[in-house]
Amino acid sequence: MKTELNEQLLLKGLAGNDTKAIETIYKDNFNMVQAFIINNNGSYDDARDIFQEAMIALYEKAQSESFVLTCKINTYVYSICRRLWLKRLQQLGRFSNQIDNFEETVAVEDDLEIHEKRNAEFAIMDRALNSLGEPCKSLLEGYYLKKMDMQKLAKDFGYTNADNAKNQKYKCLMRLKKLFFAQYNIGE
Amino acid sequence: MEDILLLQAIERYLDGTMLPAEKAYFEQLRKNTPEIDQMVVEHNMFLHQMDMFAVNKNLRNSLHEVHTRLVEKGDVYEGGEISTKGKVVQLYNKYKRVTAIAASVGGAIALAMSIMVAVLSPAPKKEDLQELSKKVYVLEGKLNEDINSKPSKRPEGATLKSGGTGFLIDAKGYILTNAHVLKGSTYVNVTSNKGDAYNAKIAFVDVQKDLAILKIEDDDYKAFKSLPYSISKSDIRLGEEVFTLGYPRNDITYSKGDISAKTGYNGDTSSFQIQIPANPGNSGGPLLNKNGEVVGVLSTREIEAEGVTFAIKSKNIHRLIDQLKDSDADMPKINMPQHSNLKGMDREAQINKIQDCVYMVQAFNRK
Repeated sequence: MKTELNEQLLLKGLAGNDTKAIETIYKDNFNMVQAFIINNNGSYDDARDIFQEAMIALYEKAQSESFVLTCKINTYVYSICRRLWLKRLQQLGRFSNQIDNFEETVAVEDDLEIHEKRNAEFAIMDRALNSLGEPCKSLLEGYYLKKMDMQKLAKDFGYTNADNAKNQKYKCLMRLKKLFFAQYNIGE
Repeated sequence: MEDILLLQAIERYLDGTMLPAEKAYFEQLRKNTPEIDQMVVEHNMFLHQMDMFAVNKNLRNSLHEVHTRLVEKGDVYEGGEISTKGKVVQLYNKYKRVTAIAASVGGAIALAMSIMVAVLSPAPKKEDLQELSKKVYVLEGKLNEDINSKPSKRPEGATLKSGGTGFLIDAKGYILTNAHVLKGSTYVNVTSNKGDAYNAKIAFVDVQKDLAILKIEDDDYKAFKSLPYSISKSDIRLGEEVFTLGYPRNDITYSKGDISAKTGYNGDTSSFQIQIPANPGNSGGPLLNKNGEVVGVLSTREIEAEGVTFAIKSKNIHRLIDQLKDSDADMPKINMPQHSNLKGMDREAQINKIQDCVYMVQAFNRK
């Protein structure tokens, strides 16, 4: 009962971007995942990538309003990692059919599908942003991602006033949207 | 340019910074123009997409930071290649929780033990202690009949506050007693066992140590050549036989006992415990061992327990004198007796020599 309550608190912290909660979940689960991946043809880097991906999946799940975790955090994280790693091995053609599986797992396919779709969208956004070129990329990142003040951005970029910077920002945004939707719609 | 204006309007519409009238107009426009409506939906979705993208990016960054931190702490092991801190630090970080828990458990046990000891041991409360200075009511009656037969040095109009015992620590007329014997007094009288009374002034008081030094200032006083006893600097020994002379009544009284503990009340290390019958008036009396060395100054007794008395260790007398030397340059040097002439003597002979150096101390308060 106590651990259940604790886990609920941790997930709440994770959803609220609380570093302490993130660190606790990380610490409590990483070694198990690392052992699994190292024992199954993976490297330390693989373990880190896969685990962090699972953390993001957990975060996305914790964020959704309808969220209820029906199992313990470590079971969920392990299940995601296992699924992701199997996929990675398949892609690499390293699949050996002999995956050690001592831990209990839950079905995470649906969650992973959503997660992967999101990742694909983020990849498109990333590509679109990167192909914008400067100063458009930094200007948009500053305003939309880092939520910086327009006055400050204008000053940082050397625009004579905020209105000019704003105008420029809209021009950049239009280009970005064009790039993004071109990719996005193909993807769909 | 048109597009930019439109985009600007959409953005303002979405983040709610439009004025009500403007908003109504824009909503009307949305309804009538499907293209604009489509643009609003699309832009809203795009902004949401960017937000999520930003959140995802930040999360990835913080996960990375957490990972690095855990590797540094030693909670995550990666074959040692990323580790930046020494093994000892890693081990420390790894086990500091365990160590902290162990330490607090140890602390808790220690605390529990001391509480148990405190509760279970028959340690008396402070109010169970009684200072052995004579209160006025004890003295007042007998004072008139006995001491007043001798020429009284009692200051006129002064009332007796309390009384106790004192003994010479320097033949020139320096008497040591308890500070509590003099509590609140302005005049001090000392009386020898022969009944000779002398005026004395308070030379020094150390309430902390509960010691005071008096100086006899009286023309009648004839200084001794030397004092028979010495003031011991060595540690007391458990079970050592000790005796004292004092004035619980108007005649000098002898009593003897043994050192029963090396610490005083509540473990006080500046004093020790003696199994000796002592009464009010014994305060300030010297406690001597069989060699005639002063090992302590009788000060308090436990009310509840019979014969449990406490004395201040003689080392404190030496400390007091040192302190005096440092603090007051005008004070003449006090030469305490270094050697005891009483070694090997039987008790009666010892007492015979000592009793002349032990005085009744009476403290008065001027009206």
